[in-house]
Amino acid sequence: MSAIYSLYIINKSGGLIFYKDYGSKGRMDTNDSLRVASLWHSMHAISQQLSPTTGCTGIELLEADTFDLHCFQSLTGTKFFVVCEPGTQNMEALLKVVYELYTDYVLKNPFYEMEMPIRCELFDINLTQAIQKDRVVLLGR
Amino acid sequence: MQFFGGSEISPSPPTPAATGAGNNAHMIYLFNRNGVCLLYREWNRPLHTLNPQQDHKLMFGLLFSLKSLAAKMDPTSADKGNLGVPQLPGQGCSFHSFRTNTYKLSFMETPSGIKFILVTNPRTGDLRETLKYIYNLYVEYVAKNPLYSPGTPIR
Repeated sequence: MSAIYSLYIINKSGGLIFYKDYGSKGRMDTNDSLRVASLWHSMHAISQQLSPTTGCTGIELLEADTFDLHCFQSLTGTKFFVVCEPGTQNMEALLKVVYELYTDYVLKNPFYEMEMPIRCELFDINLTQAIQKDRVVLLGR
Repeated sequence: MQFFGGSEISPSPPTPAATGAGNNAHMIYLFNRNGVCLLYREWNRPLHTLNPQQDHKLMFGLLFSLKSLAAKMDPTSADKGNLGVPQLPGQGCSFHSFRTNTYKLSFMETPSGIKFILVTNPRTGDLRETLKYIYNLYVEYVAKNPLYSPGTPIR
């Protein structure tokens, strides 16, 4: 039983470039995942408008009844978010690890076009390894 | 919040869990199910991005969409409605709070469609009990007030 349900990466215009499902009952088809990603992108932007103080960089954590959603935004505007079980720890660290993998295996790939869907084998392999490692650590507690 | 004499209001206000000295809350909004803002109070809001009408509309719109998103993204239910279809209060999974680096927004919706929103500093804990308490105050003093007409801002 993994604590992570799914992982999304969206580019700076809000388009979905990567989606991986790790075992939720509500598996989404491509269209739905695209819609959800753009919706999240807009919500993230609107939340910055509603901040009572200056310097808001958008939603970092959304808590719902049955899941938590952690979001990490890089300096370039690429957003990484993960849907997990409520109360899962260390998701921020996991998102930073995913960001590092993204820079190593996607951005440094000379055949990868910016803002396009990610189709890099090494990225997938290493991402699965990172999630597995995380899973072992979580279950081991 | 004023506590007028009688003990018919229950539960008693929960003690905030060590959230620092001084005023914790930035703003509070109350909406009914049609999007009419019934109450808006601010205690600490250095930045105003929009005029009040637009601000209320934006807040309501954000919450409506986030609720729809949460229902759609719910990983534990297999059958979900389409995005954008209005969810009945209580149907499907709903979010109860979100946090950014500058504020934390806590949300509660009652079965009658009244939405309570509290914007506080990011270190605040779970405010669901506080929102329930505010709801009880609302029931006591607003809903039971014979001179109050539903759908109009609270005075």
